[in-house]
Amino acid sequence: MHIVYPAVVAALLFSIGVYGVLARRNTILVLMSVELMLNAVNLNLVAFDVWLGDRLHSGQVLTLFVIVIAAAEVGLGLAIVLALYRNRRTVDIDHLRDLAEPPGDRPRPPGAHPDGRRERHDDEQPVQRGGGPR
Amino acid sequence: MTEAVPSYLSPTGQEIVFLLLGAVAVGSALLVVTTRQLVHAALWLVVCFGALAGGYLVLTAEFVAWVQVLIYVGAVVVLMLFGIMLTRAPIGRSADLDSGNRVVAAVVAVATAAILVTVVIDGFRTAYAPLTPGPGSARELGASVFATWVLPFEALSVLLLAALIGAIVLSRTDIPGGEPADPPDDLSRSTPPPDQTGGH
Repeated sequence: MHIVYPAVVAALLFSIGVYGVLARRNTILVLMSVELMLNAVNLNLVAFDVWLGDRLHSGQVLTLFVIVIAAAEVGLGLAIVLALYRNRRTVDIDHLRDLAEPPGDRPRPPGAHPDGRRERHDDEQPVQRGGGPR
Repeated sequence: MTEAVPSYLSPTGQEIVFLLLGAVAVGSALLVVTTRQLVHAALWLVVCFGALAGGYLVLTAEFVAWVQVLIYVGAVVVLMLFGIMLTRAPIGRSADLDSGNRVVAAVVAVATAAILVTVVIDGFRTAYAPLTPGPGSARELGASVFATWVLPFEALSVLLLAALIGAIVLSRTDIPGGEPADPPDDLSRSTPPPDQTGGH
């Protein structure tokens, strides 16, 4: 087995995961893309473990650890997504912009106008797309 | 490892099987990130993980392959489907699954793929590993995990416990002691009060 084959497959899977994380809007689809990237890493680990012939099997053991961490990450991520859905009625990443900079006063020095902070929340009210099961 | 590399023009049966499985994995991954239906994305993810498990089998990593089937196909995808159901996602086609920066994302992904594939092909062109069965079996891996890697193994069990408790705490709504800005039921949030919405 040429090592190039699994390495190229892993590189392509990782790039597809990058595209999914950047282009998808639904949070669950972003989590799926993160899983694709983790699987690309797993394929690399297994392939290079086979190539190097490690007697401690560090590549495959690390693959098992990555799988366990991915399972924990998915559980926590979905719990966060569900909490978000309970509070905001949406899981679209584009509409969760409460931590973004306000568009008007970008060059404001920090702490100069504390009143602008309170106006920002009123501006962002219609963005939330509340109500209505989709 | 680097001497007497066989030619790329006469692939063995194992390489042909691995390339077919890799094509299935990459194609279904592309469908995961481009499909218009949310449930179909989760089901294509099953195909992708299954093909990857077959690839692990070809690479003589049997135990990792079965763990991949058990955890990814069995648990992670089912969790994803539960998440899709619990967030009342649209079942049929929906047009707003992609955000507005698809073109930028595609450019970044193609650039990443080009760089990675170029570097990998350039760096590992002469790497060849003859596949011999045995080193990926459950016996070998179990001996390795419980002899050499036992400390990270135990640390991971504690991590799993912490993640489990964290998920329970995050998803329950009836735990007392939260801040009073959170109303206990969901329905009052559909029309949010005007003064509390920024505080989360």
